[in-house]
Amino acid sequence: MSEQHEAEPYVATEGAATVQDTGTPAPDQPDGRQPLTGNAIIRAVTEGHSVVLTILAVFVALLVGAVLIVASDPVVLRAWKSFGYAPGTALSATWTSVSAAYSALFEGAIFSPATISAAFHGGSIAAIFYPLSLTAFEATPLILTGLSVAVCFRAGMFNIGAAGQWIGGALVATWLGYAVNLPIVLHAVVCIIGAFIGGAIIGWIVGEIKARTGAHEVILTIMLNYVMYNFLAFMLSSQSLMQAPGQTNAVAPSIDSNAMLPHVGGPPPQAGVGFLIALAAAAATAWLLNRSTTGFEFRTVGANPSAARSAGIRVERVWVLAFLIAGGLAGLSATTIVQGQTAPLTTTSYGTYGFDGITVALLGRARPVGVVFAGLLFGAMNAGGTVMEAATGVPSDVTNVIEALIVLFVAAPPLIRLLFRLRGTGGAGPQAVTSKGWSG
Amino acid sequence: MTTTLVTPVRAPVTVSRRYLAAGTFIVLGLIDIFVFGLFAHSGDAVFALSLPGATPKLPAIHVPGALTAYVLGAISIGLGILRAVVDLPRWGKRLTIAIVLLCFLLSLLAWADAGSSVGPLQVIDLLQGTLTASIPLVLGALAGLMCERSGVINIAIEGQLLTGAFTAAAVASVTGGVWLGLIGGSLTGGLVGLILALFAITFLVDQIIVGVVLDVIALGLTNYLYDRVMVPYAETFNAGNTFNTVKVPVLGNIPIIGPVFFDANVFLYITYALIVIIQIGLFSTRWGLRVRAVGEHPVAADTVGIRVMWTRYRNVILGGLIAGIGGAYLTVGSVGFFTSNISSGFGYIALAAMIFGRWTPLGAVAAALLFGFSYQLQTELSVLRVPVSSFILLMAPYVATIIAVAGLVGRVRPPAADGKPYIKA
Repeated sequence: MSEQHEAEPYVATEGAATVQDTGTPAPDQPDGRQPLTGNAIIRAVTEGHSVVLTILAVFVALLVGAVLIVASDPVVLRAWKSFGYAPGTALSATWTSVSAAYSALFEGAIFSPATISAAFHGGSIAAIFYPLSLTAFEATPLILTGLSVAVCFRAGMFNIGAAGQWIGGALVATWLGYAVNLPIVLHAVVCIIGAFIGGAIIGWIVGEIKARTGAHEVILTIMLNYVMYNFLAFMLSSQSLMQAPGQTNAVAPSIDSNAMLPHVGGPPPQAGVGFLIALAAAAATAWLLNRSTTGFEFRTVGANPSAARSAGIRVERVWVLAFLIAGGLAGLSATTIVQGQTAPLTTTSYGTYGFDGITVALLGRARPVGVVFAGLLFGAMNAGGTVMEAATGVPSDVTNVIEALIVLFVAAPPLIRLLFRLRGTGGAGPQAVTSKGWSG
Repeated sequence: MTTTLVTPVRAPVTVSRRYLAAGTFIVLGLIDIFVFGLFAHSGDAVFALSLPGATPKLPAIHVPGALTAYVLGAISIGLGILRAVVDLPRWGKRLTIAIVLLCFLLSLLAWADAGSSVGPLQVIDLLQGTLTASIPLVLGALAGLMCERSGVINIAIEGQLLTGAFTAAAVASVTGGVWLGLIGGSLTGGLVGLILALFAITFLVDQIIVGVVLDVIALGLTNYLYDRVMVPYAETFNAGNTFNTVKVPVLGNIPIIGPVFFDANVFLYITYALIVIIQIGLFSTRWGLRVRAVGEHPVAADTVGIRVMWTRYRNVILGGLIAGIGGAYLTVGSVGFFTSNISSGFGYIALAAMIFGRWTPLGAVAAALLFGFSYQLQTELSVLRVPVSSFILLMAPYVATIIAVAGLVGRVRPPAADGKPYIKA
C-alpha cells in the first residue's frame, strides 16, 4: 500500500506538519523518517513518539475502565469499607476484580492460554485462533463504516449518516438475496454490488442536495438516518413489502444460501469473506485517496475548498462523489452482516455500526490503514467485552467507555504528555483530520 | 478561517430559490386537493377546542372535510403563484411559508378526522403534547447555541441530555427531592460541558471528536451504571419521582391558551424563561455582544480586551447546565424512571434544530417545535386510526426538514470561528 502517506502517522509523526509542531526539533532526515536505532527508541519514549503516546493513551483508558469496574463491584466496595484494619484484603479484592475482567477481555479477543495447553493434549489447534477470528468478525462492519466516514472527512465533510446508508445497502442486499435466483458465486456478488449501490444512493442524496442547495450535510445525514430507520421498519411491517411470510415480527425473509458469504475461519460469529471484503475496500480506498486524481481532488477540497475552487476543481462534484462512495462503503458494511451471518434483517440490525464508524475513523485519523487498525482494536474490545460479561458479569458497556476514552486520549497528546511528564511537544492527534468546524 | 472570511465558499444555487419555494407551495397545495381532498371520507371533521371535562367548555368546530381541503389547497396554490410572480419582502416570504404550512396541516387534519368514528380531534391535547415533546429539544438546541455562538462546536448535547437524565433520576430517587434531581441533572450536564471545554479549549482537541467521544462515553457509562446499580437497587436509585403540574393562577384559566401554555410542570416555565433570557442576552446585552464577537472573530475580540478563553469556558459550561435541565426533564419531568438510552437521539435532533434555526434562539425554538409537533401529531393520528402506516407518519418530520433545509433555508452560516480553537499568540 502507499507507504509514504499511510505509514507517516505511525512511523514519523514528528515530521508531519501540524499547528502544534512548532517546537519540535527537526528530524534527522528531510522526509521525516528516523532510523530505528536504540538512541531513537529512547528518544521516542522520553519525548513521546506518536506510537508511544497511543500506547499510553490505551493504558490510561484501561486504567479509567478499571476504576469503573471496581467502583461498581459490591465485593470490592465492601472490602474498601474495612480498609482501615484490613488494607491487604481491599487491595487484593480490587486486583482480583480488575484482573478477572481484563483477562477475560483479553482471552475473548486475542488468545486464551488454556487453548494452547489443550492443543498440546490433543485439543484443536483452530481453537487457539478462535478469539482472533471473533475479533476480525466484529471488526469487519466497523472497518467499512469507518472507511465511509473517513472518505467524507478527507473531503472536508462530516458523515453522521453511515447508519442510514447502511440500511439502504441492507435492504437492497436482503431483497436481492431472497427474491432473485442465481447460481452460487454470482448471487453473492450481485448482492454485494446491490448493497454498494443501495448505500451509494442514500449517500448520493445527501451529496446532491448539499451541492445543489448548499444545505448542511450534518442536518441532512441526521435526518436521513431517521427517515431510513422508519423506512426499514415500514418495509418490514407488512407481508406485501419485505416481511417474511408467516411472521408476525418485523423480520425479513432469510436470504438464499447461494447468496451467503462463504466462511473462512468457521461459522459466524467467526471471520468470513466479509473481513476480506473490508480489507479489499480499505486497499481500494487507500488507492483512491492517495494515488488517484479524484482522491487528490477530495483532499484538496478537504484542505481548503476556496483554493480548490480557484484551482479549477469542481467542488460540488467532489461533494457528490465523496458522499456516493461513502454511502457505498456503508452499504458494504451492511452486506457483511446481512450475507455474513445467518440471522435475517430486523428493525435493529443496523446496531451502532454507523455511529461507531465515526469513532473508528477518528481513531484511524481518516486514513484507510489507520481505520483498519482502529476497527480491529474496537472489534477486539467488542469480542472480548462479550466474553468478559459472560465470565465476570461486568457489563460489556464498559468496553464502549474504554474505546471512547482511547479516542479522546489519542486525540489529546498534550494531556498524555502532562500525565506522564514527557518532554516533547509534537505528536499529531487526529485534529489534522477535521479541525474545520461546520463551514466545510 | 480567515480565507473563508475573505472569499466565502458558496455553493452556487443551481435552482433559483424563488421558483423552488413557489414550486414547493404549489406541490403542497396539489397534495391538499388531490390527496386530502379527494380521499377524505364524507362527513364533517370535528375539532374539539377544550379537553373533555374542562370547565369553560368551548363548542367544537365542525367543518366539511373534503371542501376544507379543496379551499386550503387553492389558497396554497394561489400563494405559490404569487411567490413566483412577485418578489415579496422578507416578512412576506415568511408569512407565505407560514400560511402554506398551516393550510397543509389543517387539510391533513381535516382529512384525518372527516367522518371519523373515534371522535373529535383533540386540538388542546395536540398542542400540549407539542410543547412538552419540544422541551428537551428546545433546551438542547439552546445549549448548543450557547456553545457555538462562542465558537465551540457542541456535538455532546446528546451526552449531556443522557447524563442529566440519569443523574436527575438517581438524585431525586435517593434524596426524594425532585428539585434536587433537577439541580443534579443540570450540574451533570455542566460537568460534561466542563470536560468538553477542557479538551476543546485547553487541550486543543478537535471539537467534533470530543463531542462524539463524550456522547459515546455518556451512553456507555449510563448503560453500565444502569445495569450495575439502577437495575439491582431500583427502589433506591430509580424510584421514578416526578414533578407535579403547576397551573399558573390567572393565565391558566384562559380557554385554549391556558391549558396549552400555562398548565404544565416547572420545566415548561424554565424553558420559557431560558428562551427569553438567551434571546435578549445574546442580542441586546454587552455580554451577548462579547460572546458573539468571540464566536465570530476571536483575535479581534482578544485585541479589544475580551477574555476569549474565559468567555468560551463560561458559555460551554452554561450550555451544559441548560442541556442538563433538558436531560432532567426526560426523567423527573416526564416519566420519572431512567431507562437505557432514554435520550434516544434527541441531542442530535436538537443539533439539527439549532442549525436549521440558523444559530438563533427563536429559529431553533421554531425548528424544535416542528419536531415536537410531528411527534405529537403522529400520536393523535394513530388514535384516529388513519389508514397510513405509523412509520410513514414518523418519517414525515424528517423528510419535511430535508425539504425545508434544501428548499427554504439553503446555506446557513455558522459563527465564523465555530470549531476553531483559539491559540493566543
